[in-house]
Amino acid sequence: MTELTVRKPGWQTTIQDNGRKGYCCHGLSQGGALDEHAYRWVNKLLDNDVNDACVEILLGNFEAEFGADTVIALAGADIPVTLNSQPLNLWCSHRVQRGDVIRFGQARSGLRAYLGVAGGWQTPQQFGSRSVVMRERLGGLDGGPLKKGDRLAYNTATERALRCVPPRHRPDYQKKLTVKVIPGYQIDHFDIVARRTFETADYTISNDISRMGYKLTGPVVAAQTEKLASEGIAYGAVQIPPDGQPIVLLRDRQTIGGYPKIGCVASLDCARLSQCSPGSLVSFEFADIDQVQAERRLFDRFFTASQWVNDPRQIAWP
Amino acid sequence: MQVRAVSESAVLVEFGREIDEALIPVIVAATDAIRKNLSSVLVDLIPSYTTLLCIYDCNQVDSQWMVHAVSRLVETSGVETGGDVRGRLVEIPVWYDPSVGYDLESLAKRSSLTVNEIIELHTGRDYQVFAIGFNPGFAFLGRLDERIVTPRHSSPRRSVAKGSVGIADAQTAVYPMQSPGGWNIVGRTPTPMFDTALSDSEASLLTVGDRVRFVAIDRPEFLDLGGQLND
Repeated sequence: MTELTVRKPGWQTTIQDNGRKGYCCHGLSQGGALDEHAYRWVNKLLDNDVNDACVEILLGNFEAEFGADTVIALAGADIPVTLNSQPLNLWCSHRVQRGDVIRFGQARSGLRAYLGVAGGWQTPQQFGSRSVVMRERLGGLDGGPLKKGDRLAYNTATERALRCVPPRHRPDYQKKLTVKVIPGYQIDHFDIVARRTFETADYTISNDISRMGYKLTGPVVAAQTEKLASEGIAYGAVQIPPDGQPIVLLRDRQTIGGYPKIGCVASLDCARLSQCSPGSLVSFEFADIDQVQAERRLFDRFFTASQWVNDPRQIAWP
Repeated sequence: MQVRAVSESAVLVEFGREIDEALIPVIVAATDAIRKNLSSVLVDLIPSYTTLLCIYDCNQVDSQWMVHAVSRLVETSGVETGGDVRGRLVEIPVWYDPSVGYDLESLAKRSSLTVNEIIELHTGRDYQVFAIGFNPGFAFLGRLDERIVTPRHSSPRRSVAKGSVGIADAQTAVYPMQSPGGWNIVGRTPTPMFDTALSDSEASLLTVGDRVRFVAIDRPEFLDLGGQLND
């Protein structure tokens, strides 16, 4: 076991895996990597377990030194990254040596980059997960974002093949996003005008965004009720508070809440939304639950069943 | 009772429209039955006031299957228990004092009661755990005697100390950790509500369906039991 030493922690850099399961009834957030797509690719590039922990870097400005040789992988936001001042390609795995220094500049497109290591970062688990939920002070090294001088344990590895994600699988985070929404069982709290407004208008991502949720601004979606008895909140729920401005609830959301919900964003679109920065436009479209489930199953099967072939830029079904 | 799809990985059981103590044992029985019978597809269960959110793995089953399976279990679980499951009774010691119960005196003034009367009313009945949320181990308890029902502060305090016992509308709760909060604080308990030193499944002192009785203690008892005076 060896360690990565943090020299510059960046704005908000946290350890994330796939989050917690089974503890919502105790009030614990789900937590976990916000952009599941980039997170899954990092582990795929390294032949890691699908649930291995990565470092989630918000906007960049992160710098760290490796304590031993290993293989790392990068995916997610377009941030210039260097290793000992030599540029590193995103969406690829790379060999690093003891004493090497990795530096992340500032994001040009997208918000969150993922840094993985062969075998995953070996920080302690709490409630079955390494994910940091800052509000709960759980996970990671001390329940908070990484600090200067923090040390992340990892296993040395050099034998892994180096790979890159085929270009067709790399998203363009600048592209305008239309997210699929499964209409909620509370849809009858919204009249036809509210539903059409929600479905046809463009919404702007506000500055009020976090790992808990994204607040959007745009035409008011009027709900006929202001508050209901609090109930469990699903991942991607679109809450409409009294101001009529939608909030999409993400990984670190509280487990219960009482605002009316117009529907639930597809999990794969939540991942894409988490890469959108304030000021960008988003629109919603109602979608069929069977279609959304089918797409999610294909996504999961791709990452569990597909295999690398000899050409490192190719990936094939088994 | 109604079971409906919420998302690609969740269905919601609605047991009633109005908050009602009598629903809680029914929800607890349904939660137990679903946990026992659907463990291979379940990811999480969130019981709360009038509903139960069932989060599942959509790689195992589809939405229709889940709605059907949950409906069947909820219907039979109610029959088996007769809806009469009395939860565990948990006693929570509280030191009611203005030095830690920042709002105790203003609450007394507001409701034309003495501080002692407030304490008697707050300790005078057993409360039902309606939901856990907001923070790990934060249990929403109800209902309060109408004489001490008080709306929450219009702007929340930036910091409420760990163990603070608060009142908001007809509910009461203990803050498990230091956090912002808008409830009226009447005292403090030395009992940890959420303890990560315990096993994962026992970290939260309370679960939905438990009943809670507050017991008044004095300063020496509070300190003896490990209570902290600093904010």
